[in-house]
Amino acid sequence: MKNRTFFWFILPTLSAMLLFIALPIASVFVQSLHIEHEQVLVVSESCGPFGCRETTSVDTEATEALREERPLGRFNGLSTYTNRAHLAFAEVGEAWRTTESFGDFFDRIYNLRFYRALIFTLTYTAVVTPLVIALGLAIAIGVNNLPRMIKGPAIFVSLLPFLVTPLVGSLILFWMVDSDGILGATLQWLTGDPTLSLKASATLTWIMLMVYGIWHTLPFSFITFYAGLQTVPEDTLEAAMIDGATRWQRVRHVVVPHLMPLMAFVTLMLLMDNFRVFEPIISFQAQAHATSLSIIIYNDLRESGNPLYGSAAATSMMTIAGVVVLLTPVLIRTWRDFSRKAH
Amino acid sequence: MTTLADNRITTLKIVSFALVALWLIIAAFPFLWTLWGSFKVQADFFSKANWQNALSGTNTIRETGSAFTGQGYYGAWVQEEFWRAALNTCIVVFFTVVISLTFGTLGGYALARSGKRYAFWLLMAALVFRAMPHITLVSGYLLPFFEWNVWGILPTTIIVLVAINQPFTLWMLHSFFLNIPKDMDESAMVDGCTRFQAFRHVIIPVMWPGVITTGLFSFLLAYNDFAVTAMLLSTQNETIIPAINSFLGSTQVEGNVMFAVAAVVSATAPLFVLILFFQRQIVSGLTAGAVKG
Repeated sequence: MKNRTFFWFILPTLSAMLLFIALPIASVFVQSLHIEHEQVLVVSESCGPFGCRETTSVDTEATEALREERPLGRFNGLSTYTNRAHLAFAEVGEAWRTTESFGDFFDRIYNLRFYRALIFTLTYTAVVTPLVIALGLAIAIGVNNLPRMIKGPAIFVSLLPFLVTPLVGSLILFWMVDSDGILGATLQWLTGDPTLSLKASATLTWIMLMVYGIWHTLPFSFITFYAGLQTVPEDTLEAAMIDGATRWQRVRHVVVPHLMPLMAFVTLMLLMDNFRVFEPIISFQAQAHATSLSIIIYNDLRESGNPLYGSAAATSMMTIAGVVVLLTPVLIRTWRDFSRKAH
Repeated sequence: MTTLADNRITTLKIVSFALVALWLIIAAFPFLWTLWGSFKVQADFFSKANWQNALSGTNTIRETGSAFTGQGYYGAWVQEEFWRAALNTCIVVFFTVVISLTFGTLGGYALARSGKRYAFWLLMAALVFRAMPHITLVSGYLLPFFEWNVWGILPTTIIVLVAINQPFTLWMLHSFFLNIPKDMDESAMVDGCTRFQAFRHVIIPVMWPGVITTGLFSFLLAYNDFAVTAMLLSTQNETIIPAINSFLGSTQVEGNVMFAVAAVVSATAPLFVLILFFQRQIVSGLTAGAVKG
């Protein structure tokens, strides 16, 4: 295709992506270097019979005017990145020097806002992704063995949790595990502890969020693997059977290697989606025990009356850096494939 | 391939059937339970005394005289004016899908037909954009949108959703167009068509299955979005997902959780219908990028 024609065809989509994805990223970067204006203070002296006193007050008008004039705020360099709410270099150094054991150090780090969110986001991604892949493969193999008549309905039912709006899906589960809901009440009855509440304990909250994550994304890996299973070469399977391979060995040595490229694709998609875990934490009202990177950005932007754009932008930049790190292996591999094809 | 070994019932087979059965229950039960419960009163759905109340509707019978009640739905749709949010969702979703597909087919076609290096880099950039958490982009929009005074209205949200949709749409349509043989449009061009005429008269008539599948996913992306719609729309222009979220805050205080339950069921219903009619396309779309890539 000629470069000129290519340009006209790609123009609408490219301008949409440049204006609303690339440019905002640049704007986020600029914002992250700025911080909200300090309030303008005026010092006035009032003199009475007992001498003069200095009083300091906020000049609301001047503050407003300053905000109007320079909405970005004042320049702050990289300080937002290193302050207490983000990378917290000073606090981490302090914790490193003063704590005795690694456990103590970890506790101190965990109390810092950014690291708390980062630790949850990474744990969530690291737990949910492999579990979803393993369970998805197991269910795909199971469904593949079902009689044809049941396959369709089985896939229909499985699609529901995946396609349902994340906020809505997590609400549905949340109401069930609520201490008055059916699962919550059953758990109380099983453990014999009438005060048991999933919301009250950090560990249970984490488990609950991850169970939701698995419930929500399992269908994706299941259906992709199921489609892949339809293309497994019959001949190889038969040959393996003649060689005396058991069912398990056939799965292990024929089916799984055949699905390897799919596995890479599913892993990539799951990593991307799990890394931005957001809605379930809102639905489960779990912010006391679990926050993710997306959640702390959301909270900064929602800060009533005075959104913390600088702070949100700094967290966003670090999240974007995280996404790029996560994607690097994939990008390198695709680049190699492309160069090989081109030459 | 039916052999003797296949028909024998092995432990592995039983385990895998049990797993599938368990999964199907886990997948379906929450929806059935919530649908059933949405026709009860709060004292039944969130029963402190006995969970079986939600099944039999003891309190619902006492309070309303019948085992099923539409109070939750009445409260949500009429009292809390959920229909406004539903209307906004229709507008946002419709325009997002239409514009996304228009931009996406043009771009996806160009990317599929150009073997140039820059086309590859565009696809890679789209992949990185696809991975961006939406909320990070939103934090870049807010300040400029406030400055230009375009915050809170539907068109802004539509454009933003279109842009966020683009990377995904491009990838999917790109892989669909790769499947349409090059010879078709090239022979049209040999016959004297320009590139655009070839696209218009040869490609458009055969691209509909791919476009419909991609459209389904753009629909889902726009319909399911929370981060963008919650941050960029004012309260009057809210779509249903942020509306449900604000329900939670306001109605929980007044003890009207059932409004939210009814709203949640209402929001799930269109998705249910969608899967019912388009199951095959959705499944093929899910695997399109994977099996061919």
